Amino acid sequence: MTAVRIVVALKQVPDLVEELEPSPEGTDVDREYITFVLNEFDDQALEEALLVKEATGAEVVVVALEDSDVDQTLYTALAKGADRAVKVTGAGASGGWLDTHSRAALLAAWLEGQDFDLLITGVQAPDDLDGQLPAIVAGRLGLPHASVVVSVEVKDGAARIRQEFSAGRSAVLEVPLPAVVGVQAARQAPRYAPISRIRQTMQAGGIEEVAVEAPPPASGFTIRRLYPPEKTSHAEMLTGSAGDVAARIVELLRAKGLVRA
Amino acid sequence: MANDVLVVAEHLAGKLTDTTFELLGKAVQLAGASGGQAVALLLGAPELAGELGAADLVITCDHPALAHFTAEAYEAAVAAVLAERQPRLVLLSTTTAGLDLAGSLSVAWDAPLVSYVVGLDADGDTVVATAQIYGGKMLAEVAVESVRTICAVTAGSFPAAAGRRDNPAAAVEAFAGPPSLDAVRSTFVELVEPDAGDVDITAADLLVSVGRGIGSRDNLELVEELAGALGAPLAASRPVTDLGWLPKTRQVGKSGLKVKPRAYLAFGISGAPEHLEGMSGAELIIACNTDARAPIFDVAHYGTTLDLFDLVPELSQQVGA
Ligand SMILES: Cc1cc2nc3c(=O)[nH]c(=O)nc-3n(C[C@H](O)[C@H](O)[C@H](O)COP(=O)(O)OP(=O)(O)OC[C@H]3O[C@@H](n4cnc5c(N)ncnc54)[C@H](O)[C@@H]3O)c2cc1C
Repeated sequence: MTAVRIVVALKQVPDLVEELEPSPEGTDVDREYITFVLNEFDDQALEEALLVKEATGAEVVVVALEDSDVDQTLYTALAKGADRAVKVTGAGASGGWLDTHSRAALLAAWLEGQDFDLLITGVQAPDDLDGQLPAIVAGRLGLPHASVVVSVEVKDGAARIRQEFSAGRSAVLEVPLPAVVGVQAARQAPRYAPISRIRQTMQAGGIEEVAVEAPPPASGFTIRRLYPPEKTSHAEMLTGSAGDVAARIVELLRAKGLVRA
Repeated sequence: MANDVLVVAEHLAGKLTDTTFELLGKAVQLAGASGGQAVALLLGAPELAGELGAADLVITCDHPALAHFTAEAYEAAVAAVLAERQPRLVLLSTTTAGLDLAGSLSVAWDAPLVSYVVGLDADGDTVVATAQIYGGKMLAEVAVESVRTICAVTAGSFPAAAGRRDNPAAAVEAFAGPPSLDAVRSTFVELVEPDAGDVDITAADLLVSVGRGIGSRDNLELVEELAGALGAPLAASRPVTDLGWLPKTRQVGKSGLKVKPRAYLAFGISGAPEHLEGMSGAELIIACNTDARAPIFDVAHYGTTLDLFDLVPELSQQVGA
């Protein structure tokens, strides 16, 4: 049997740890000073793909659109064990916020020329507005799909998948390949690549660039405005030393009869 | 038809979900305002139709492939119903089924999709949706000018009470499953229930909850000590259970448990919408997070930006550990 071919789609997103401000036009976040990092769910997707690779000898190809600082992410993926890295360039693939339907169209344009068994990507990204990538790409490619997945195992031309529901319940599904999977969490925490290894991959180069023609933006709606939520309520902030704050908290709990002493 | 609002009902282990009723209440309101019908689409489990009495019409579709959720089977059935009825608006939730289904339906039915919706209105021919983005740190107001729109709604955005009405007389129509249901490739193998036997965090009056801000497994000792001193179980956000630092049975939120303790102490939890979904109903919420803009402070009653590594030992000491 030939090795299973896995494509992992990665995406750069604004680092949520930083302060986000609306742009002057008020329809996007101000991108000038923010840092872009790999979507954490895509990192989980990559980890799951690498686990499948370790178990079955699958080939792992990572692919990303030409977003801010994406090279670093692609080199890191190579350092972690991906076999190839592809950067999709072309109309709409770089610049500001891009709707998920357009991203899916760009990816699908590249995927249509590829021979792959599994497309694995994060369940969602923090800047999704018009839905999540896995189901949209799957819809475009007409492939079976499952999202909110917490484990993928490949055997005999099918993927055995665990899909998580609420209250800790999950379902085991069997999906024939090729298929698309949206990963919520990998079976283990994403691995780290040593800096030295990342440097090596950078020196070796090896990001393949592919230009694709994509159809025009496809979300079908307009963003009227983007704004921080108006606070209908906000916590009363406790100030002072750790001792002062702790005393207030104990008092609050005592008033509810939740501290005995 | 042209002004109808259709809700895709969701059920798990024989029960309709709360979100189904939240959507139904909203559908009744929107359809009423535009002269259309609120339609509930129930896939599999036709015996639950009687509980969807708030709808003007319940469409059931039963087929062996719909006995359990698979995106493929659900999509085949929903797409067939949409093609025939052409509603104005389709409502799903951002649950697992909704996340798995909404995107492919938007392709199949060629309709714009807005996800993580928390506010929804129809303004003439325009659907105006307000959606959460960037982990709840921003809201986007989106205008959809289309004859068809799909919205995936965040749980808890609309009151469920408005969608709960027993009305055994509600019209029920059976829809014959499309032939594509016979060709579904995905198969359901089994449902895995969570481990029983651990403490039940939904039964506790007080919860000490910990997030990624704790930094490492070794640091957990610190909050364990506080929880011990307070006689409260330890709960957690998703990353902490994903990392295996605490069992899954301690996870609060969308894919974890919904808790409503008398007090909830949150340490190093940012307050992502998926976490808030599980705990915003707590009577008293006290949050510790070094980021003054963390969304957890919007639901907390009291907050502090102290470092948890300074506050927690102090609390343990004062409680008398
Ligand atoms: C389908 C789906 C289902 C999900 N279900 C759930 C769920 O059930 N439950 C859940 O929790 N999440 C769930 N999530 C994940 C959710 O989106 C967030 O990723 C998660 O809640 C973030 O956890 P956190 O707040 O612990 O981590 P982070 O968002 O990383 O926040 C850590 C916080 O700690 C603070 N901090 C850091 N150091 C300190 C310090 N020394 N002292 C004080 N504060 C500090 C930081 O300021 C930061 O705000 C789900 C996601 C998806 C897509």
